[in-house]
Amino acid sequence: MRTYEIVFIVSPNTTEDDLHKLVSQLETTITERGGRIAKVDYTTLGRRKLAYPIGKFEEGIYTIIYLEGSGQEIAEVERRLRVSDLVIRHMVVRTDEDLKRAEKIKARRKVVAAGAGTEVEEELEEELEEGEDEGFES
Amino acid sequence: MADNERNDRYDRFDRGDRGEGDRGRRSGGSRRRRTSRLTAEKIDYIDYKDVKLLQSFVPERGKITPRRISGLSAWQQRKLNEAIKRARNIALLPYTTH
Repeated sequence: MRTYEIVFIVSPNTTEDDLHKLVSQLETTITERGGRIAKVDYTTLGRRKLAYPIGKFEEGIYTIIYLEGSGQEIAEVERRLRVSDLVIRHMVVRTDEDLKRAEKIKARRKVVAAGAGTEVEEELEEELEEGEDEGFES
Repeated sequence: MADNERNDRYDRFDRGDRGEGDRGRRSGGSRRRRTSRLTAEKIDYIDYKDVKLLQSFVPERGKITPRRISGLSAWQQRKLNEAIKRARNIALLPYTTH
């Protein structure tokens, strides 16, 4: 099972109702195709100033949908986002692989911290820093 | 503080002072950091939504700090690049500043 994050920006003059309608539409397209929505996040980014203007907008409302699925849902969701007049920008990111890797490193660090010594610790640090000292210094 | 330090170094590099020789090249300057900030703060997943973090690697001009200055490992820098580019795509970070 894969995890995805769907981020999209709707224009600043979108009403809350319209936004919720859009989101629930997306939700049904996702669940119909076997995906599962873990969370819909309106607040982390929320209404904020855009780093650069998109179209005529200087500001936008961000929504993030966290979702688990096979990947089959994504195409249809993206199509809907593209078609919608409210949405001024969207992006879908697959996150499972990177999160898994982060978990692994975290788990290993824990083992290191619980277990003995600085030796292992340094080893880990070195590994994380792999490839740092090439170039420039020689 | 970290910010200042980085900018200082940036300036020095911009003047073309690569300082190839080993001895005395950092006289009066900061010593080379052995580990990067990401390692020190145990950040394993660089999130494109973490604007604060990303911004610390993007000085005013909007360019990404190169590895020789950010001090990141190859893998970290790659992931950082990815995250910054994602953030740019959804207007969390600028592509350029005029």
